[in-house]
Amino acid sequence: MNINYIISLITVIVLFLIAYIGVEVAGLQILFGIFLPYAAFLIFIIGICYRVMEWAKSPVPFSIPTTCGQQKSLSWIKPNPIDNPTTKGAVIIRMIFEIFCFRSLFRNTISKLNGGSKLSYKLEISLWAFALLFHYSFLVVLLRHLRFFLEPVPSCIKLVEFFDGFMKVEFINDFIHIGLPGIYLSGFALLGAVVFLFARRVYLPHIRYISLASDFFPLFLIMGIAISGIFMRYFTKVDIVGVKELTMGLVTLSPGIPENVGSVFYVHMLFISVLMAYFPFSKLMHMAGVFLSPTRNLTTNTRAIRHINPWNYPVKIHTYAEYEDEFREKMIEAGLPVEKELK
Amino acid sequence: MTDLKPDELLARIEPKPPQKGWMDTPAEIRKGMYCYASNYKSVKTLSLPNARPWNPLEEDWKLPDNWQQIVHEGFKQRLENYRSLKIFMDICVRCGACADKCHFFIGTGDPKNMPVLRAELLRSVYRNDFTTAGKLLGKIGGEKFIGARKLTLSVLKEWWYYLFQCSQCRRCSVFCPYGIDTAEITLLGRELLNLLGINIDWIATPISNCYKTGNHLGIQPHAFKDMLDFFVDDIEEISGLKIEPAFNKKGADILFITPSGDVFADPGTYTCMGYMLLFHFLKEKYDFDITWSTYASEGGNFGFFTSHEVMKRLNAKMYAEAKRLGVKWILGGECGHMWRVIHQYMDTMNGPADFLEEPVSPITGTKFENAKSTKMVHIAEFTADLIKHNKLDLDISRNDNVKLTFHDSCNPARGMGLLEEPRYVIKNVCNSFYEMPENTIREQTFCCGGGAGLNAGENMELRLSGGLPRANAVKHVHEKYGVNMLGTICAVDRAVFPALMEYWVPEVDVIGLHELVGNALVFPGEQKRTTDLRGEPLPGMEEDGDE
Repeated sequence: MNINYIISLITVIVLFLIAYIGVEVAGLQILFGIFLPYAAFLIFIIGICYRVMEWAKSPVPFSIPTTCGQQKSLSWIKPNPIDNPTTKGAVIIRMIFEIFCFRSLFRNTISKLNGGSKLSYKLEISLWAFALLFHYSFLVVLLRHLRFFLEPVPSCIKLVEFFDGFMKVEFINDFIHIGLPGIYLSGFALLGAVVFLFARRVYLPHIRYISLASDFFPLFLIMGIAISGIFMRYFTKVDIVGVKELTMGLVTLSPGIPENVGSVFYVHMLFISVLMAYFPFSKLMHMAGVFLSPTRNLTTNTRAIRHINPWNYPVKIHTYAEYEDEFREKMIEAGLPVEKELK
Repeated sequence: MTDLKPDELLARIEPKPPQKGWMDTPAEIRKGMYCYASNYKSVKTLSLPNARPWNPLEEDWKLPDNWQQIVHEGFKQRLENYRSLKIFMDICVRCGACADKCHFFIGTGDPKNMPVLRAELLRSVYRNDFTTAGKLLGKIGGEKFIGARKLTLSVLKEWWYYLFQCSQCRRCSVFCPYGIDTAEITLLGRELLNLLGINIDWIATPISNCYKTGNHLGIQPHAFKDMLDFFVDDIEEISGLKIEPAFNKKGADILFITPSGDVFADPGTYTCMGYMLLFHFLKEKYDFDITWSTYASEGGNFGFFTSHEVMKRLNAKMYAEAKRLGVKWILGGECGHMWRVIHQYMDTMNGPADFLEEPVSPITGTKFENAKSTKMVHIAEFTADLIKHNKLDLDISRNDNVKLTFHDSCNPARGMGLLEEPRYVIKNVCNSFYEMPENTIREQTFCCGGGAGLNAGENMELRLSGGLPRANAVKHVHEKYGVNMLGTICAVDRAVFPALMEYWVPEVDVIGLHELVGNALVFPGEQKRTTDLRGEPLPGMEEDGDE
């Protein structure tokens, strides 16, 4: 048993109980449906802006890009403009690859010591594939949810829903009604990817060793969000009209609590609120930070264009004059030219 | 050398991390893995803090009473000065993609050599001291939730031990989805350690030497000239050519700066002879005037392994000397970290070099546009350009005894992208060239195991472990193609690889790029060469040698 994930799991279970009991027993719908979402949203937006501004406050004294391909030097040597970008445009392309395709992670290899003496490095794309699946399915889920905050629902959102739900599965009997409503792939993909990311943290010994409770916590939280969402859509059949009434109330700043929205919805809302509020204080800030990474977002033409360090200060150096003063006699004897002759 | 045999060293690689968490496992400073403490006299030369004798194996490191405060304030200042540090402290998600990219981790299995954990050693203190979450959770005893901890003496020792088990090769940063650069973290971490005077001597004494005499090895001006004169004699013996290198010559076209290791120890000395032959050739044929400097007699920069400030203080000599001598631009020899400093730091720190001209090769007319601000050209770029324009007379068969593979030095690869230039030169001076497997070359190249000031003798076990991935790839091409020579463009490589090869692949020797060039260069009127620059018989000359 690993204390780090047990603590995180317990925390998420406690959150679940707080919301569930809070609604069922204490009738705290207003807290979980209005106050906490508003507060969390504010923390999320203000927090991210604050963190990014904090980062931006520190200058970039040196241009330290990691070059991952041939430099631009002699005219007849073909440079690699994406992995060794010398123009701003090329840097943007490098960043697009990085942010949208996780290019660096795509290089991932796994090293193995075979037969106790021979090392090999094999391409290992599962982390890349599941990370990509995780982020993109999360994005699609988010986009789909915009239907709750926009009236009328824009056609582009409907298009996302259409493609997300293209796989029509129907399995209907007296107890289970799968297929009505249609299955959205993204929700299950998200859950599957989170489970994968969790499983590698538990089963790979070295990854387990570096994992903190704060690495498991967002995974469990997102798992909770996905499960509660799936539960509402396919099993408890939440009152969708009521939900939209509430969410539209939130965006139009005229919040209200409709009746007949079950407690699972408020669990879902609390999980999301906690995730939003947790975001700016955590490693989830990598979402913003990746844009600012100086090993990726700078041009590599550092010998052609001088990078300015705003706090560059003069330092004490050992001057040539001091050097010659110390060695003049020996230099003259050895026939080395000197600035000043011996007195 | 370590007493362990290669298979014993391999068997020591820990396959799994310990059961106990890393925060509960204090570092055990082990012989063979660490470098000796900085000599206080060397620390004094540059007036760096807390110069005093100390020993890492003793309990008391003789730190100032307020050492925690010094580190805290130093950390704070660096967070304010370096966005890189802030970002790298904040955004790691601990995905572990970097873990088995580090040669020290692959070679030791020590989990604290995973780049992510090396950085976490600092991050844990950062989170405790500088983040809201750390401060809040710390109050209720929940700091472990986010992996925060206080800076204790035990933590400081762990920093020291593991920050000096990183060669700042940046291989991990190639694979990190956010480009987190452990070299940056290690450098800034070492800066913090230097605030307390806990450097290693293999760095402290070279920087002291470099400051005073112009080079890491402490070679005084007359001795520097003597050493090059010694090569002049050797060259005359081998080729009959009478070479006259210029020193501290005002009005020369070009100032040449290379690591002092090349004038000091084999096989770097042969590379140095290669440079001298090349310059002689250019002088004779094209009247190209190059001078050496005894004051700026060091290309490498161990200040880079100490702090940004020391890096700047040592690097300043290059421009100062170029200005004093009135040269047009600077040519730099084969070296690794030296070139990262020149390519990414020098102009920012000590520029603008407006007293120099934008580099143009007077022989080929090539403008080195990529160096137009720094005004310093890499000799592989320079020589590749000469060869491309047919300006060198080369007898490639003189290197026919060499079956070569090429090691991309970490910093020219990942801090510059100098990949094809040396290969182009190689293909023109050597007939048998074989690449190592693709995951071990170019931007994915593996460190020699001794970079960033770790090429001492007392940490040989660390070096041999860290050099394992590189040696293993060399062994692969040795067994597959009969490779007998490992080519490099780095003076530290030339110092480190001989021991590494002797241990893991004893059949393979080490050679610099310009030693191959020097061997192949044909001079008008030279005597027929029977040996290469090492005095070994040339192909087909084995018989002649016996006469």
